[in-house]
Amino acid sequence: MRGLDVDIGGKVGKIGEQNGGLAIELAFSVSADAPLLLVGPNGAGKTTALMMILGALAPARGRIRLDGAALFDRDRAVDVPVERRRIGFVPQRYALFPHLDVLGNVAYGVRVRSRAERERRAREALAELDVLALAARRTAELSGGEMQRVALARALASRPRALLLDEPLAALDVSVRRDTRRFLADRLRALAIPTVLVTHDLADAEALAGDVAVIEAGAIAQRGRLTDLVAQPRTEFVRQFVAGRAP
Amino acid sequence: MRRGRDRLIAIVWPVALGTLSGALLLLVLLPIAGLLFTSSPGQLLRGLRDPLVAPAIRLTIATTLASLALIVVCGTPLAWLIARGRGRAWRFLETVIQLPVVLPPAVAGVALLLAFGRRGLLGPELAVFGIGLPFSSAAVVLAQSFVAAPFYVQAAVAAFRRLDPDLLLVARTLSAAWPRVFFTVALPLSWPALAGGAALSWARALGEFGATLMFAGNLTGRTQTLPLTIYTALESDLQTAQSLSIILVAVAFALLVAIRAGGRR
Repeated sequence: MRGLDVDIGGKVGKIGEQNGGLAIELAFSVSADAPLLLVGPNGAGKTTALMMILGALAPARGRIRLDGAALFDRDRAVDVPVERRRIGFVPQRYALFPHLDVLGNVAYGVRVRSRAERERRAREALAELDVLALAARRTAELSGGEMQRVALARALASRPRALLLDEPLAALDVSVRRDTRRFLADRLRALAIPTVLVTHDLADAEALAGDVAVIEAGAIAQRGRLTDLVAQPRTEFVRQFVAGRAP
Repeated sequence: MRRGRDRLIAIVWPVALGTLSGALLLLVLLPIAGLLFTSSPGQLLRGLRDPLVAPAIRLTIATTLASLALIVVCGTPLAWLIARGRGRAWRFLETVIQLPVVLPPAVAGVALLLAFGRRGLLGPELAVFGIGLPFSSAAVVLAQSFVAAPFYVQAAVAAFRRLDPDLLLVARTLSAAWPRVFFTVALPLSWPALAGGAALSWARALGEFGATLMFAGNLTGRTQTLPLTIYTALESDLQTAQSLSIILVAVAFALLVAIRAGGRR
């Protein structure tokens, strides 16, 4: 059974914390063929869902499976720690390690003993994303678009079995956003691993050609191609959320 | 009418501010000036020839470095736990560890005696192993660590709390287990703040007097650190006390400048 299967639920955190008291009820599958885009308003639980898939937060109930293997299963007391889940993660502000140069960042997650081999694979990952020229640069010197590519290269150099991206384009200027979006769409297609993308921008959904899941108050209100969501919204919330998008 | 009041304020306000600030500044600066300018350099150098001085300097360097090592080695993990801890118990612990900062040194001395002294909490257990802590150099280290640890722990907790949680999470998704995250991400990024905290701690340990006097005593070469030597010399040779004081002022001032320079970076 290839792909990422998620079926989780329960209350999140304590009242007063971020998203505290939010009840989550999420079930979805993502194959390697096309990314899934989680869209929805702030506070709907998109990032919380990512944290649970990564293993940084434990859901109160449910299962998370990747390629058939359980990463989390409350009933069987399975909870694989973050570092052994092998899920690549690109956070919203990229979180590049400021004390390492670009090559050091990308080499961080390469699991081989030899330093030369580690750096060779890091360079390879940078070349894949057309940013090999940045290898010796400090992360503070990078533009937003460059940071995003380096963060993606870092995630991919560790050869993850799935990939999570939290608002990958939100921190970029509008001028570079369109190009980066197209670039990202190409890469994700070539990668062929299950990918979940959190976004609040439906333009991402059009470019990335995956399913869109509209999240409302911790649950998926509707999932499907963006055109179908526009043509046949199942709830008033979905209708309003996708309103104005070309069918 | 209005004009007159404005003019009055324009005169009185700066004068009031200046006088009050000046009074406090004088209070701080006059004693320092007294230390520096009441003896000639020759007299001060002679003061350093007192037989008490050399052993005191050696002992002070050895004990404060031992205290600093103890504080950093044990305080860093403690700060990490407190910074990452959730819930009331951790916040309570954070408050408790700050207690020595506000505790009178005499109270610290009594407390240490009642914990590690012969008739203290751990006295019988220590006696079994033939360890008598009071009036030993080890007691000096304990007293210094007790009063100085909070400064380092506090700085380290603040530094660890400032770490971007995404950095730690990303490191973990890149297969780094917690020890690797700690040593390759958390520590390198917190390093300047930790160094600042260590410098403050060291300065506090250097000046430790009350708790040391009560718990470790005042034995030349064994427990008589520089502040205790100053106290002892005061009775016989003011010159020696003055010379040693100037050394401590110089070290303290250098540390302060270093900490502020580090903090600005």
